[in-house]
Amino acid sequence: MAVAGGGTRAGLGRPVQAAATVSTAKLSGITLYEPAELVIAAKAGTPLREVTEALAAKGQRLPFEPMDHRPLYGTAGEPTVGGIAAANVSGPARINLGAARDSMIGLKFVNGLAEDVKSGGRVMKNVTGLDLVKALAGSLGTLAVFHEVCFKVLPKAEGERTLAVTGLSIPQAVAALSAALGSPFEPTGAAHLPASGGETARTLIRIEGFSASLAYRTDALSRLLAPFGAVETLEAETSAGLWAGIRDAAAFAGTDEAVWRISVPPSAAPALAERLAPLEPRLMLDWGGGLVWAGVAATGDAGAGRVHAAAKAAGGYATLVRAAETVRGAVDVFSPPAGPLMAIQRKMKASFDPDGVLNPGRMYPGV
Amino acid sequence: MAIAFPVPRADVLAKRDRVIAALRAIVPGEGVITEEKERRAFETDALTSYRRLPMVVVLPETTEQVAAILAFCHAEGVPVVARGAGTSLCGGSIPQEDAVVLGVAKMNRVLDVNFADRTMRVEAGITNLAISGEVAHAGFFYAPDPSSQLACTIAGNVAMNSGGAHCLKYGVTANNILGLKLVTVEGEIVEIGGGALDSPGYDLIGLLVGSEGQLGVVTEVTVRILRQAEGARPVLFGFREIAQAGQTVSDIIGAGIIPVAIEYMDREAIHICEAFAKAGYPLDVEAMLIIEVEGSESEMEAMLARIVEIARRHDVATVKESKSAMETAAIWKGRKSAFGATGRVADYICMDGTIPTGRLPDVLEGIDRIVKGYGLRVANVFHAGDGNLHPLVMFNVNDPAEQVKAEHAGEDILRLCVQLGGCLTGEHGVGIEKRDLMREQFTEVDLLQQTRIKTALDPQWLLNPAKVFPLDAPRDEASREAA
Repeated sequence: MAVAGGGTRAGLGRPVQAAATVSTAKLSGITLYEPAELVIAAKAGTPLREVTEALAAKGQRLPFEPMDHRPLYGTAGEPTVGGIAAANVSGPARINLGAARDSMIGLKFVNGLAEDVKSGGRVMKNVTGLDLVKALAGSLGTLAVFHEVCFKVLPKAEGERTLAVTGLSIPQAVAALSAALGSPFEPTGAAHLPASGGETARTLIRIEGFSASLAYRTDALSRLLAPFGAVETLEAETSAGLWAGIRDAAAFAGTDEAVWRISVPPSAAPALAERLAPLEPRLMLDWGGGLVWAGVAATGDAGAGRVHAAAKAAGGYATLVRAAETVRGAVDVFSPPAGPLMAIQRKMKASFDPDGVLNPGRMYPGV
Repeated sequence: MAIAFPVPRADVLAKRDRVIAALRAIVPGEGVITEEKERRAFETDALTSYRRLPMVVVLPETTEQVAAILAFCHAEGVPVVARGAGTSLCGGSIPQEDAVVLGVAKMNRVLDVNFADRTMRVEAGITNLAISGEVAHAGFFYAPDPSSQLACTIAGNVAMNSGGAHCLKYGVTANNILGLKLVTVEGEIVEIGGGALDSPGYDLIGLLVGSEGQLGVVTEVTVRILRQAEGARPVLFGFREIAQAGQTVSDIIGAGIIPVAIEYMDREAIHICEAFAKAGYPLDVEAMLIIEVEGSESEMEAMLARIVEIARRHDVATVKESKSAMETAAIWKGRKSAFGATGRVADYICMDGTIPTGRLPDVLEGIDRIVKGYGLRVANVFHAGDGNLHPLVMFNVNDPAEQVKAEHAGEDILRLCVQLGGCLTGEHGVGIEKRDLMREQFTEVDLLQQTRIKTALDPQWLLNPAKVFPLDAPRDEASREAA
């Protein structure tokens, strides 16, 4: 059985062979919102937009800045709360404010045995029993069908600004981002857009907060970054547009490239980029260099052999985020975990879905 | 005694000499402890009213030794209780007579510090405070700060998903761990995650953090380290009415301000802690908040001005700002020693429920009613920003009847927390203490899903037995047969 939310990221993962599809689309609606407690819960099929609008009306937001996959996949429809949870969808703010899994505090789900189970709840601190919420975050519908998700939320920042340095190489950029992220000024975005075509490279650092604090931190960070080059300050609107594009990997929207997402220790990003060079990739770095997006020619194995090897050498792992179904059926979409780790994955699968009913093979063959 | 322990298995006890010999072959020298008087040191943790003498204690120094110990115990069907520093408040590391205690305290080295990536790899037996101490010279720290941080180990923090006073801003252990080296019950060594933010497959780090030693033994941990704020300043706010303090907290968060910590103390706790720490707490109020802000001097001033303005709207009686590093230290010393200071005036049990913060007045009134109903006293200390309560129910340990009353009061308080939409434990864990209350929060099916994972990773249920799950918790048949 295939599991679907809004279908906006159906291209993520290995192709699923299923006799039927279960959709959460009609399980919709916010079930709890307590702004003063920083908590919101919604049924799994609730459009994300409904949640973000309800939060915005009270000056709040989801901290993890979920990516909208529609531009990348060219899909229509509405991303859902359940889809965000099932794919642990996070954006640039993850570097400071955590991923979706860090904000998920409660989950109601039906496992592969058709049992209705809950874990966590509606309070921020909860260590009662095994944390199935995190175990299920990012499980891509292979362990359970979610029907309600509870998130902790944060106030929206009063303002944001972005500091930009132009013309840096990838090693210089990662060093600059590292300096910013190692400062006391709490950047909520740290990305690098390498030179491409006629455009010069841009290294970007976002800060958020109360206006007095923004002014102070802009000055302090500008001084810190001065050794790397001239620092330009981008005000709120320009800044917001820029980060929405980074969040959604907009640089790869509408192209015919295969797209990889590679997670590495940030300081390993320059060496990773060198190892990928024979593929002539278009790169984008987020999370201070810890997330490398790579667009490569969509031919053959879409570079799978080289990308997985490079990711492993860098101490990280790779996901083939966008490629034709035939390619995703033939190559490792996710870097395969080492033997003993893979054995635990299979035990997890068997604990939730012993008969292999849910999204068979979407993550790994047999999982 | 209210909490039941399983009857020690005679077949395991009969193997004692063989177990000791095997452990000595794995860990040479003083690492195997067999003498009764030395084993006594491991018979309990911070839930001191319960104790069981372990069969033998082993203190390995390498992951390979841990793997060999577990492989042996697994093959022989011997229960294993992993132990960090033994500071668990819920009896999470209390052994039993037929169990090997596997202490990781000797594995306490720092393996790697990476300032560029803001990560640090340590052995699991290092103390929480030593992690921060290692990087303090460069202005970095490890964020979760349980009150026991001077003694408690990262191994125990990982097992319990420990929090602390500052997790309102920085999150709990689960939010600050990037990698684990796990030894499975079969003795296999598994590397999970590492220096990158994502790791492949299911979120096993998320599953293992907070699993209370049920699923394996962690020997190495990769933590995130953070740059310290430029400055930090706590402010004391005293209120004549409890509701005023609660409303102030709600309004601060409603105004879009997330201080780094918001701690609440009631009259009883204020007096006990002030007598101990001489922190300058106001003694003529019913409730006190310690609110800490961080940043540059000007940022802290701006944020405090907003907070003070909100508190004044709720008729705050006292506002006292820390004027020096010494005052700041004293203010936190008072709060962080709340348990120890209470221990000077009475025996106590410390509960750890969490409630939706909007229900604060209801729960405080309920706690008062419950405790008075048993003829006991309570001091309330808690993390107000996230609703994590620590009522300290006081009793006399030499009066068994009073101890039973205190335990009943604690259970009633936790039931109240669950009824109000909260949970049994926010950061201390279930251990043996709350094991039998799990059905207050979970259905049989909820528990069965958890025990299936337990069975999948520990088929004989050898790891940290009789903790977390009620002794009669539902299990699939296969696991019962194996057990």
